[in-house]
Amino acid sequence: MYRKAVVLLLILIGYLLQSTMIRILPLGGVAPNFLIILTSCFGFMRGKKDGMYAGFISGLILDVLFGELIGFYALIYMVIGYLNGFFASIFYPEDIKLPVFLITSSELVYCFIVYVFRFLIQGKIHFGYYFLHIILPEIVYTIFVTIIIYKVILNINEWLEDLERRNI
Amino acid sequence: MARNRSGRNKINIPSKYVLLALSVICVIMMVLSYATDMMSIVPQTVAGYTVIPFQKAISYAGNWLFNRSESIRELEELRIENEELKETVKQLTIRINDLTTDKYELAELRQLMALDERYSDYPTVGARVIGKDAGNWYSTFLIDKGSNDGIKVNMNVMAGAGLVGIVTSVGPNWATVRSIIDDDSNISAMVLNTSDTMIVTGDLELYSKGNIKFSDLRDEDDAVAEGDQIVTSQISDKYLPGISIGYIKEINSDSNNLTKSGYLTPVVDFEHLDIVLVITQMKQTKD
Repeated sequence: MYRKAVVLLLILIGYLLQSTMIRILPLGGVAPNFLIILTSCFGFMRGKKDGMYAGFISGLILDVLFGELIGFYALIYMVIGYLNGFFASIFYPEDIKLPVFLITSSELVYCFIVYVFRFLIQGKIHFGYYFLHIILPEIVYTIFVTIIIYKVILNINEWLEDLERRNI
Repeated sequence: MARNRSGRNKINIPSKYVLLALSVICVIMMVLSYATDMMSIVPQTVAGYTVIPFQKAISYAGNWLFNRSESIRELEELRIENEELKETVKQLTIRINDLTTDKYELAELRQLMALDERYSDYPTVGARVIGKDAGNWYSTFLIDKGSNDGIKVNMNVMAGAGLVGIVTSVGPNWATVRSIIDDDSNISAMVLNTSDTMIVTGDLELYSKGNIKFSDLRDEDDAVAEGDQIVTSQISDKYLPGISIGYIKEINSDSNNLTKSGYLTPVVDFEHLDIVLVITQMKQTKD
């Protein structure tokens, strides 16, 4: 119960940061993708199911507020969360290399899917431009933010697991 | 790993089936939202009362803090500037006298040209921009007025003197605006002085260079030149006529020798949108 509330709150905060921070920080109009970080983190920290749910909720918020097709982002984020869950068995909290690698890959896959389904389909074939001006900055900011907030998410997760152990 | 928490009397469905079920739900939602309006009412109302209030608060707080820190920093600068300005005021007073004469002349000439902006008559509602599309791919943004303030889908949005975009979805206290530089945006426009129509298309790639694309301009007499003003056309079915979009920056003949295309510089600075005006009058259409 605690976990659901906390995860929901984290996702909400992530979305708010992502959509309002961009107007305050001078990042050249590109924001780090907090929702991918959260989805991916819950995937490899907690397993397929939690990653999947976190992704589904994250995507749904984006869909409702900005999407034209409701369910599009929900599906992408959900599958990304699920796939990250496969790495739960080789995840060690002390090692930051795997999280950074997984989050970067998730981000890359996410951007690529968005490009293919929303841009390539309209005949916009300059992948190089989109890669350099949108995907690459987004990935760099996301990695940067990951390194900062990874510990925070990790601590929240450990605190939640502690709570659950005591309650059961 | 804490994945298998036994001791719970809950049935454990394997995760791949849950994934399958949720995927099917997503696809159903996509089809529903594509084919009907059903999906746009309930979730958007829910969002209006859950996410949007936070977003408004953060946006207001952010603006307030930003203005506060600016004003403290500026205080010292202002004192120095004040001295300098007093000096310039003296010099300028002399120049004003010269210019007043010119001013009357200009007003007269303007009247002759009938450059009165037609769209100043449209009824508008002011709104504050409270958020930008969370992805980096689109140029849509949120404003803090919605259906409670009389905003409807397809209303035109302006900032200052030019067209910003169009309302694409509305909640009770918020609305999304798709700007004209968005990749999905197509507007029927015309050249102000020759009334030749054209299509103005937003393009993410071009806007980083400060341009928007236009195409399908028929101009057999070569009357259209760089620097001409582009406004929304009468034949557009969503945009009110006569709203300024921008000025032609570059114009080229297409390979078919019938039409021309090129780039225009928008009037609005899309990087620094804060207050926008929503025109509450809608374009009259047949249905």
